[in-house]
Amino acid sequence: MAALSMPSAVAAASSWGSELLNALTAEVAAEPALGALRQRAAQALADRPLPARRQEAWRFTDIAPLLAIPPALLAPGATVPATLPAAAPGVVRLVLDGHGDPLVGVSLPAGIEPIPTAELETLLLDRPTDRGADNGFRHAAARAAAEAPWSGLLAAATTGQILALRVRGVVEPTLELVSDAASAEGVLPLRVLLILEPEARLELLQVHRAAAASLTTVLLEARLGSGARLSHGLIGQGAGAAVLLADLAIDQEPTSHYAFTSAVAGWALSRLEPRVLQSGGAATTRLRSLQRVDAQQIADQHSQVRFEGPEGGLDQLHKAIAAGAGRSVFNGAVAVPRVAQRTNAVQLSRSLLLSDRARIDTKPQLEIVADDVKCAHGATVSRLQSEELFYLRSRGIDAARAAGLLLRGFCGEVLRELPVAAEIWQPLAMVLAEEAPRP
Amino acid sequence: MIRPDAQVLLEIRDLHASVADQPILHGVNLTIRAGEIHAVMGRNGSGKSTLSKVLAGHPAYTVTGGSVLYRGEDLLALDPELRARRGVFLGFQYPVEIPGVSNLEFLRVATNARRLEQGAEELDTFAFEDLVRERLAVVQMDPAFLERSVNEGFSGGEKKRNEILQMALLDPLVAILDETDSGLDIDALRIVAGGVNQLATAENATLLITHYQRLLDVITPDYVHVMAAGRILRTGGKELALELEDRGYDWVDAELAALAPAPVEVG
Repeated sequence: MAALSMPSAVAAASSWGSELLNALTAEVAAEPALGALRQRAAQALADRPLPARRQEAWRFTDIAPLLAIPPALLAPGATVPATLPAAAPGVVRLVLDGHGDPLVGVSLPAGIEPIPTAELETLLLDRPTDRGADNGFRHAAARAAAEAPWSGLLAAATTGQILALRVRGVVEPTLELVSDAASAEGVLPLRVLLILEPEARLELLQVHRAAAASLTTVLLEARLGSGARLSHGLIGQGAGAAVLLADLAIDQEPTSHYAFTSAVAGWALSRLEPRVLQSGGAATTRLRSLQRVDAQQIADQHSQVRFEGPEGGLDQLHKAIAAGAGRSVFNGAVAVPRVAQRTNAVQLSRSLLLSDRARIDTKPQLEIVADDVKCAHGATVSRLQSEELFYLRSRGIDAARAAGLLLRGFCGEVLRELPVAAEIWQPLAMVLAEEAPRP
Repeated sequence: MIRPDAQVLLEIRDLHASVADQPILHGVNLTIRAGEIHAVMGRNGSGKSTLSKVLAGHPAYTVTGGSVLYRGEDLLALDPELRARRGVFLGFQYPVEIPGVSNLEFLRVATNARRLEQGAEELDTFAFEDLVRERLAVVQMDPAFLERSVNEGFSGGEKKRNEILQMALLDPLVAILDETDSGLDIDALRIVAGGVNQLATAENATLLITHYQRLLDVITPDYVHVMAAGRILRTGGKELALELEDRGYDWVDAELAALAPAPVEVG
């Protein structure tokens, strides 16, 4: 707060913002198909101040690592081909580089088809906003700009390619979406739109990696029709000065089930904003997240779940490990308006503080108006338990290994809920910052 | 089994220790030879659990005087993990629950740490599973407990069986069992005690820390020590335990009062 109220910092941030807008609008003309969408998002960005810690939503999250990336680089640029591990069996992989068509040369599994561009434009652009939930994307960033998080707008304003897929029936293979900025500087803008028709089933794994002064922006919108089930994993493996901003906007119709598990580590700054809307209640949402910070890293998880009908369910567990001088932020908003009677929501946040210099800010944010609901929440911040450590040591296990076992146990509770296909990305080694080679 | 010529495994001399600057042990002397089973009895607060924690190296306890030799080596100079690897085992009064850490993996890592110290080869997961399934029989434990997190959600009896299973795998030379009988019903007590009896040999020694005679009905001690105010007040054979059961601990107070006031230790 103090640092940002200094005039020079404000001036620097403001000039970064205008340079960013210049870079973005200069690019728009070159991409006619998505031009209108991007322009709209860029306009909305221009009307917003840059995130700053005087804003409640960014109170604990310093965006200095983002401001350290020259704005000129934030216009979509060239990407460096990355070396990826072979996809696991039973996985259909799409590689996203922000520009090229990820479907080229890929045969989509039965049940998944691309959404034609014309329909996409209708979905995201042309419908009048007063039609409300008609197209099911009430979250869609371009339409509900006032509510969209800044990071979602930034993704919408920078994206050069939208991957839009429709899912029908039960899809057997896991769909894996991979981006790797590798050592490239600049922005890697990703936008994905998924429509799960009623009763559709899909397992989705997103993997985002980066190792240089780059920004990966992700805007994923998904609509789950009635009875649809989406099992969704996200692995964010960063390094160095890399920044990850991800806005995940999920619309759930009644009787759908959405399960989201994320594991994020290594970014100079990461911010994940899973926003789930149960448009008629009566759906189930399961959120699992794990983040680790070390050195000067900042990891922020801002989740929102809103019930707009009765009998919805939420089961949420957020875990964080903070080492070095890292900062970990969790804000878990749950909105239960009057229409959402008989909602059953549980939110837990458990954090491990491994260093005196690290900092953890964790905040449940429950707005409950309905009176007939069960909403439980809890938050703990602790160190590795000395009795647990001693117990392991008294069995001949040295202190470092004992601490490792305890950390693995802590992480396992979340990681085991990732799709099986996540294994090749070695999420445990990533979160424990073990010396594992990049796969 | 008392053999005067047996090797001395543990020699505790004038041991003083404190926790949070509060002196608890005021000069404990105890010699344990191979093949012997010792019982330390005493009221709550007499220092018996502190003695077990100090011997295992719990970091919250500070030794302020005296010495402990384990097979001639300065035990107190060793980290807890080294004590365990050399063959000192502490069975916990309250075994710790460790969510997310598989019991099977924990047992394997611990067993291999001890085996390396013994000059044996580490066991891979398959060889270890064979071994652990065989040792489960010692405490009649359900293999399902191997798949769970360490002690998590175990009943009191299951936790104590898991302790004795660890003892069976780690093959200690000195096993210190802290209130192993607490929280056990009579059937569980027999099973756990039966495990301890099976594991006792002429080469190793057991130090039972207990409050009640009933454990000593099923494990016959060679020596019984009565502890009070941080010292061993009296040592005898198994009949001393029966006497305690008979007379209660009141005579201990009388005997304590007859002694000089317990010295107050500083630092």
